[in-house]
Amino acid sequence: MSDVVEKTLTALPSLLSLDSQSGKLSSSSKLGNLIRGITELTSKHDEEKLIQRELVSIKEQVSSPNTSMRQMKELMVRAIYCEMLGYEASFSYIHAIKLAQQGTALDKRVGYLAVSLFLNESDELLLLLVNTVLKDLQSTNLIEVCMALTVVGQIFPKDMIPAVLPLVEEKLTHPKEIIRRKAVLALYKFYLIAPNQVQHIHSKFRKALCDKDPGVMSASLHIYFEMVKEKPEGYKDLTGSFVTILKQVVGGKLPIDFNYHSVPAPWLQIQLLRILSLLGKNDRSMSELMYEVLDESLRRAEMNHNITYAILFECVKTIYTIHPKAELLEKAAKCIGNFVLSPKINLKYLGLKALTYVVQQDANLALQHQMTIIECLDHSDLIIKRETLELLFRITNSQNVKVIVEKLLEFLRQSKDDYITIDLGGKMQPDIPNSFLRLLSEGFDSVEENRQLRLLAVESYLSLLQDRPAKLSQRFLQVISWVLGEYSHLKEGLEPVTVLRLLAPLLDLRQSSTETKSWALTAMTKLCDGPACVSVAQELADRHGGSLDTVLRQRLHELQHLAAHPELRTRVLPRNVGLEPLEVDSSLSFLDGFVSEALAAGAAPYKPPHQRQEELAQEKALSVEPYGLSLPLSMSNCSVAERPYPTALSTSSGLSGNSTELSHKGGSGALKLEGVKRVWGKEGYLTQTEAAVPMEEMAQVEADREKQQLASSLFVGLGSLSSTGLCLMGKAEPTPHRFRRRAKGQGSSSGTSERSSPDSGSVPPHVDSAPHLPLDLPANNGAQEDLGEDMSASLIETNGMAVVDPDTYIDLHDPDHVHLISSLPGELSALPRSEITPLCSHASLALSACHVQTDRSALLVVFVANTSDSAARRFVLRMTSGDLEYSLIPSRPSVHMELAGVASYQLPDGEPQSTQFSYTLSLTDFIRPLTVSTEEYGRLWLAFSNDTKQNLRLLSEGPDPLRDTLGLLRDKLQVHIVDIIASEGIVACQLLQGQPCLMHCRVNAGCLAVWLRSSLPELPDCLLYHCQRALAEH
Amino acid sequence: MIKAILIFNNHGKPRLSKFYEHYSEDTEQQIIRETFHLVSKRDENVCNFLEGGMLIGGSENKLIYRHYATLYFVFCVDSSESELGILDLIQVFVETLDKCFENVCELDLIFHVDKVHNILAEMVMGGMVLETNMNEIITHVDAQNKMEKSEAGIAGAPARAVSAVKNMNLPEMPRNINIGDISIKVPNLPSFK
Repeated sequence: MSDVVEKTLTALPSLLSLDSQSGKLSSSSKLGNLIRGITELTSKHDEEKLIQRELVSIKEQVSSPNTSMRQMKELMVRAIYCEMLGYEASFSYIHAIKLAQQGTALDKRVGYLAVSLFLNESDELLLLLVNTVLKDLQSTNLIEVCMALTVVGQIFPKDMIPAVLPLVEEKLTHPKEIIRRKAVLALYKFYLIAPNQVQHIHSKFRKALCDKDPGVMSASLHIYFEMVKEKPEGYKDLTGSFVTILKQVVGGKLPIDFNYHSVPAPWLQIQLLRILSLLGKNDRSMSELMYEVLDESLRRAEMNHNITYAILFECVKTIYTIHPKAELLEKAAKCIGNFVLSPKINLKYLGLKALTYVVQQDANLALQHQMTIIECLDHSDLIIKRETLELLFRITNSQNVKVIVEKLLEFLRQSKDDYITIDLGGKMQPDIPNSFLRLLSEGFDSVEENRQLRLLAVESYLSLLQDRPAKLSQRFLQVISWVLGEYSHLKEGLEPVTVLRLLAPLLDLRQSSTETKSWALTAMTKLCDGPACVSVAQELADRHGGSLDTVLRQRLHELQHLAAHPELRTRVLPRNVGLEPLEVDSSLSFLDGFVSEALAAGAAPYKPPHQRQEELAQEKALSVEPYGLSLPLSMSNCSVAERPYPTALSTSSGLSGNSTELSHKGGSGALKLEGVKRVWGKEGYLTQTEAAVPMEEMAQVEADREKQQLASSLFVGLGSLSSTGLCLMGKAEPTPHRFRRRAKGQGSSSGTSERSSPDSGSVPPHVDSAPHLPLDLPANNGAQEDLGEDMSASLIETNGMAVVDPDTYIDLHDPDHVHLISSLPGELSALPRSEITPLCSHASLALSACHVQTDRSALLVVFVANTSDSAARRFVLRMTSGDLEYSLIPSRPSVHMELAGVASYQLPDGEPQSTQFSYTLSLTDFIRPLTVSTEEYGRLWLAFSNDTKQNLRLLSEGPDPLRDTLGLLRDKLQVHIVDIIASEGIVACQLLQGQPCLMHCRVNAGCLAVWLRSSLPELPDCLLYHCQRALAEH
Repeated sequence: MIKAILIFNNHGKPRLSKFYEHYSEDTEQQIIRETFHLVSKRDENVCNFLEGGMLIGGSENKLIYRHYATLYFVFCVDSSESELGILDLIQVFVETLDKCFENVCELDLIFHVDKVHNILAEMVMGGMVLETNMNEIITHVDAQNKMEKSEAGIAGAPARAVSAVKNMNLPEMPRNINIGDISIKVPNLPSFK
């Protein structure tokens, strides 16, 4: 900061003193004043005011008849300055044109400049300029001609090209080199905006190419590059010429003026190489013409300057684009190696780019540099990292897909940059979700494999949804919805209502598009089975029924209706019939009966929209056109059973999974699997939890080994693509398991507890997050002497993982349960927690629970004690709650939240037993302080619409009632006091999953007037209740 | 093709913006802001290439920038430009500015926006690289300046005389107008005094 300002300020006095000597009219003084003014200002608002004032004064002066051209010029510069800062000065446009028309060459230049900065090609004002340009093109003054050509090459109305074209063409033969050059570029511009108009002068382009001046020739290359790109076969005859030109340039035949850092005309070389690569692509004979000069280029460009690398880079790209020649490829590969290994980061970037470009042809190259690539993966520069991932993306094959996807996901999780996320997400899309959905619905040959794959997808997606669905891309969420809707029934033991509850938040996400919401709703409709689901459906309908989005409302109605009528649902959305293409009766003949009935009852016959229009036109009684038009639109929204598909997927999967899709291409039948790579093998897609885990274990391993391992798993299969079959790592066995181990239950790590799913078989090997934890309560090492002793297992729900810690044995006879505290896991014992309350005791089982508040979550700890003398078996704990998500996140806030559960178990000699319990959590357990600055608070405040106002009791004992009261609230409710100014205070807190609630307090007539705002409608009310209680208890 | 050339200082204040494709006024300002945001948060020891902002970007376009003291020079180009080539072009541009302004600094760009634009116009025309040779560029710019000088000196005199008559009552009529580094002597016309 200081640099600039200082420099500006120190320079200003001299400028200003200069002004005072010479008067006020010099441009630099006025501009100086303006700039000084702006520099001194602190706020954007002040700047705006100042500039508006300035603009008013400019406006006044430009329209005054007394203003001379010279003053006008100065005014224009000021207007340009204002426009650059983003303030419109449209009044000055016409004056800019006037200046270009009438001024002397000196003023004209500013006029033209202003015009080219202010106006765009479609601006009508430009027509006023055409005559001026024509006049200047014919001028004898070279500078004027130059200016006219520049403006023509910059902005020129398309329709007016014919008017100036002959004059510009004429300039191609102008004796001055600079004029010819600008004329060529002007023609290039014409070619871009209106190729037909310059059709006839292609021969003149050739002449320009052969111009004796290299500058003109290089300008003409722009045109040729464009033309060759469009139609390479049309310019093959020029290959020889381009090669000759390049040869001369490389050979140093150009005048020494053209050297840049003693490299002959580097930009020209780059341009030529690009054209050659276009011409030589897939053309052996053309490529053969180029080999020699490419070799020469590579050889010459060996000096150590940036620009030679630029040439080398182009050379390499060209060599890999044209018909391959082994010898050159070898040299190019070496070159790429130099790039990749270079310590200069720009070169490294280009090296990676080059690798990405060539890797499909020559996977070995990536193998050679695998260690560097691995290093780049952890590079501090995001761009390098991204480029590396791009490279990995290109080398994805069936063997390394897991690791690469894992890396991509890891990157995505860290990345804060929207653009990169979208870009990478987009990269993953065409390949992965698209073919993935097809694969899922079409399946392998083996039924069992199919089932496993689908199951795996369901499990992974469930865990993704539990994590943070807001971070996932829309398209991915749609895929998730579809998969869960179709296949979540495969996962035994998974209640549909569980899935429903996971999908429901998608409707609340602010960034969800209607499309995504529709997908989620359709998936829910498919799953809606049983009374629990019906109640969820009802709840959703209540919440979103008022939505302004008609599509959404329609889906909600469908959901509600089909939930209530299971038999109808099974007909509309049958399960497991994905493979047969749907026969669609597009004539809707099945409705004939209905129609004839309606007609008989006196309904008007249906007329197609165009007929209606015609009739309306004939009647001409009243113009009702807008209404007439809206009819067909509303019709199209009425297709009841239509399921949405993401557009990009529709072609490939439109026919596949969806039996009820109203597809009009119904007959086109059979599905093809040829194109689909089998990248999703038995082990399938990696779940997120697995992706996150390896770090801790890897830390134990030596760093180098780790990287090698990664390398081998990343580059596995690459060698086999190439003929030589290099396998640098020398590891024969496939290694990727390393990165996805611990799919098996974590329980094994905690020793005695054995997670079992004896006969149900319903529980997947890794714990999904549903609080459904079957486990055996071991009879303490199986020994009888532990009779009467109790044992407790604490289950801690965190992040979808259950940690079972049954090693602690506690004497339950202690009346006040104090000892239970000691069995809390160490990391929890220091955190604030509630009293341990007994939940229930039933025969030989005693349950008690408490909840613990951590920064980011609320944990429910359930103590299970076996009071019998033998080991209980098949202990299952299930919990359900209307108000809470499974990771103890309130789905919507209320004052108290109820958690109900069933515990069932079996003693060795007894019948299975079960007992019910419930547990209540208060909203305050989920409230956490939200640390924001006052400015952020202000911004948030404006963003929220749900508010509540009320007067609260003020604690009046102390000297500073406001501070005391807020302090009490802070202590009791864990809110954050942002600021207290005089008699007002602002307080912020947030609900666990991040929804903030803001509170504004003001002391008013002995009361505390509070005003709460939040993004959630229920939150302010509930919080207010707790505030009242906290103050009342005091 | 070069889509846009932006110069802004370390605080994101635009010092020069030239778009070779049409964007609305608002979009242009957004592009400047976004570009600044992208570029300014990068360290000094990372590469000079950036892929895509949301506005000007897409995977087609890239930003190539250099940071000199208080100023960022950013070229937004499409895939048909060579990264390193543009990087050196920026260097050429800055060296040319340096030569024209003699130790160019941010202030020069502020006070002589028009001149900077003129220099740029000799290098890049309609988004295409026109000239990469610094000496050539300077020759062209100088030729124009010379013409201006001569015009101001000889051809411009009568016009100025007329306007001087018009403004005769204004005692503070400038004697010495400083436009950039070219001092133009106003012809001494004692008879009007």
